Amino acid sequence: MSRRTVEYELSTTGLDAQGRPRRVPLVTDGGTAVAFEPPPSVEPELEGEHMLINLGPQHPATHGVLRLVLELDGETVVRCIPHVGYLHCGFEKIGEYRQYNQIIPWTDREDYLNSPGNNVAFALGAERLFGIEITERCKVLRVIAAELSRIMSHLVWLGTTCIDIGAFTPFLWSFQERENIYKLLEDWIGARLTTSLTRVGGMGADIPAGWTQGLNNFIRTFPKTIDEVDRMLTRNAIWVGRTVGLGVMTPEEAVNYGLSGPMLRASGVAYDVRRDFPYLDYETYDFDVPVSTHGDVYDRYLVRMEEMRQSVRILQQASARLPDGPINIDDPRVILPPKNKAMNEMESMIHHFKLVMEGPRPPIGEAYVAVESPKGEKGYYMVSDGTSKPVRWRIRPPSFVNLSAIPKMVEGHLLSDVIAINASIDIVMGEIDR
Amino acid sequence: MTAPFAVVTPGSALPGASVPATPKNLPHTGGDANPSAEAMRVKFGAAIERVDVVWGETTVYLKGDRVLEIVQWLHDDPAHQYNYLSDVTAVEHRDADQPLEVVWHLRSLPFRRFLRLKTLIQQGDKLEVDSVWPVYKGADWLEREAYDMFGINFRGHPDMRRILMWESYKEGYPLRKDFPLRGRFSRSEQLRQALDQDPEARYSMEELSVADAFQDLPPDMRERLASGDTPGE
Repeated sequence: MSRRTVEYELSTTGLDAQGRPRRVPLVTDGGTAVAFEPPPSVEPELEGEHMLINLGPQHPATHGVLRLVLELDGETVVRCIPHVGYLHCGFEKIGEYRQYNQIIPWTDREDYLNSPGNNVAFALGAERLFGIEITERCKVLRVIAAELSRIMSHLVWLGTTCIDIGAFTPFLWSFQERENIYKLLEDWIGARLTTSLTRVGGMGADIPAGWTQGLNNFIRTFPKTIDEVDRMLTRNAIWVGRTVGLGVMTPEEAVNYGLSGPMLRASGVAYDVRRDFPYLDYETYDFDVPVSTHGDVYDRYLVRMEEMRQSVRILQQASARLPDGPINIDDPRVILPPKNKAMNEMESMIHHFKLVMEGPRPPIGEAYVAVESPKGEKGYYMVSDGTSKPVRWRIRPPSFVNLSAIPKMVEGHLLSDVIAINASIDIVMGEIDR
Repeated sequence: MTAPFAVVTPGSALPGASVPATPKNLPHTGGDANPSAEAMRVKFGAAIERVDVVWGETTVYLKGDRVLEIVQWLHDDPAHQYNYLSDVTAVEHRDADQPLEVVWHLRSLPFRRFLRLKTLIQQGDKLEVDSVWPVYKGADWLEREAYDMFGINFRGHPDMRRILMWESYKEGYPLRKDFPLRGRFSRSEQLRQALDQDPEARYSMEELSVADAFQDLPPDMRERLASGDTPGE
């Protein structure tokens, strides 16, 4: 790997001739930060002795209830044994006892930072299984929901990673912006965190009148916040020093370990489900897939920042092209009759009753539908035996697979860097443990 | 500052790859099969039991003892290059006579292909299949999860332990159809067992011996761990 130079600004030194803060290059060699001279040993009799420490499951920087057992030589990690499962609630088992529309609230609760995106993914999977083609308006609304939730999830990642590494201000900025998205979602569906936005064959609700105005306001103001965070962090000496050269994955390793999403693209592999296996007509939107080359924590940060900007581009196009028309397909096998009909007409009432009590039945078959969630390739694999409940509902959790590479990434680094590397994976324990 | 990353548009695919487009109006069965399925049939003959196309996705049924060999070929062959393992999981049907299925979802990033491999394990047969960990390191946790939830033993996996359930979990395999939704024990029994657990005993022998900290433990805990006894069982 080549030597790499990142110029950064020192906040404490003087100004250059133009009055700007002086920039100092930080050089790293082949992914590892340039080594310092080791200090003289304080307790020579303890040299070579390894120590076990237990990071988590109640540590705030483990983003939930991840437990890492670390074997340390001094402050260097020799071995890392992750333990997961503290939040396991058996979502997949419960799904086998629920009708398809009844599973949608469970998808809110796995990757809970990305609820609308999960709802969209599940509905797409179920519709593949039912053989349903959704309406044009529904497609665009789902793109809007998925991209808003991508921004929402990346903002949480940004804020919490800043806290982990020691910067507090971007956390406040990003959570302020996240609040704006929550307001939009609240106006749309009535819920903020557990949205249950979609239904099989359509949406739970259409956007209210004037909602796109709020969306356009957000699209206009949000890039300013990104720029501010960018100015604050990208060339910040502490940020660069704490992220460059950490947790490097080469492209071959990243693909072989099954990494996906920003983790994979930071390593230089341009795999984005929206681009390579499109859904919801993503091939008709004009957006770029940011790809970086070094595969370290710093590049994952750059990729996620750029992804938020690209999501704004997609939102602009979706908002501009949003067509009129129905949000639900015209198919009485899956879509409930309108409420006023169900209350006034006998046939519609019976239909409503049958559909709620028995549930829609897909034909025998199976489908694996993957979407690009903020964490990576999120897949829902469903198998139907012709009844109204799936035989198997499998979640392919991107952060579960991404996290499985953490021993590979942290070994050889310092204990304090474990926090930065773990933060860069963007894990959500609700999704890992399910 | 030099440009930190290149913004690329075409994706990671090779020039000959299919043009990506949202699938539309997929037939229930009998769509176009993935070209790799035919190539596998030519190459491996009787090891390929059946090829199904459901909702546009190709499923290839393999003989259980050839899985690793076939997956290795799919990964290495320059005309296919299935370099990405999406998922490893299993399916058990409600009908108790139907075999249990082990499912692999593979992707070829260079050719933008998606392939589902399956192998059937008849009821009553030993739940054992080759691990694909030697080919894809990403299979590590996915196979451990399939073991944890279904009890499938992946031969050749370096570390076949439970992952989501705790190591001393003795109730069986939660996603099997004979496992009741609420578990085998009553809530009060589950609570009693949980309260009986000694959190100190949650270190595995392996973790302790690695650090040479084993000798520093209190004698009673050392004895308990050495005898393999964990409380609450």
